[in-house]
Amino acid sequence: MIQDFLFQAFAAGSILGAVIMVTRRNPVSAVIFLVGVFFATSGMFLMLDAHYIAAINVILYGGAIMVLFLFVLMLLNLGHADWRDLRGPVGGLIGGSISIAFLGVLTRLFVGGTDARPVVELAGSALREAAAEQGVVGVVARPLFTEYTIVLEVTGVLLLVSMVGTILLARRERGVGERERT
Amino acid sequence: MAGALGLNGLIALFVSAILFTIGVIGVLLRRNAIIVFMCIELMLNAANLSLVAFSRMHGIEGQIFVFFVMAVAAAEAAVGLAIIIAIFRHYEVVDLDRFRLLKW
Repeated sequence: MIQDFLFQAFAAGSILGAVIMVTRRNPVSAVIFLVGVFFATSGMFLMLDAHYIAAINVILYGGAIMVLFLFVLMLLNLGHADWRDLRGPVGGLIGGSISIAFLGVLTRLFVGGTDARPVVELAGSALREAAAEQGVVGVVARPLFTEYTIVLEVTGVLLLVSMVGTILLARRERGVGERERT
Repeated sequence: MAGALGLNGLIALFVSAILFTIGVIGVLLRRNAIIVFMCIELMLNAANLSLVAFSRMHGIEGQIFVFFVMAVAAAEAAVGLAIIIAIFRHYEVVDLDRFRLLKW
């Protein structure tokens, strides 16, 4: 009962935080509210028996990526509110109508679309039993290192490539730097 | 469906749809490139939420997929922010309306 209440509180909090985040003009407060949204979704992951995912959601999203955003805001000195940031009424109308149509499609998909498909009755209890047997991390790690090893290795290569690409992109060009020095 | 997924799973799917839509609204309505980028992260997180909710019904593979989505999101955030920094060096703004190099 308390779990249900917490889950619904986290759900409401995440939606509220997202709405506040989209409407803030100051980018720094948008980042702070996005961190709040990530914490709330981590709480929802916890209630949905995905403990490891909840942990890395806080560490990776709420910690690393959001700190990266704050660093970029600080480096580029963009922490002030910009009044030209929000689009005008025409853009608002187009964006709002597209979004409402999108929400309708998603809701229709989630409510009606899944009824026809065969549902495997492997409910949360099976996941919970596996987690009690192998540990919360083990239940994710075991298939990761047996069935999905190649995918894991390819992900490592992807991270390496993105690291090299980031350094190349963000590096100051040599000609520009020399001109500034002289 | 509610029987296999539970009430909380159904709520998670609705919250995922709403969060994704808020992300779409942010991408369409904001001009600040960094906030647009943050809205894309919000959309990724909403997709993760529905994957976790479905993984309760279909097994652990959903959570493994969420793991890979997070790895790709980290790589994407690093490269995207580097691109924003590189663009800022040229234009001195992060206003998306000012970047018309690829527009005709």
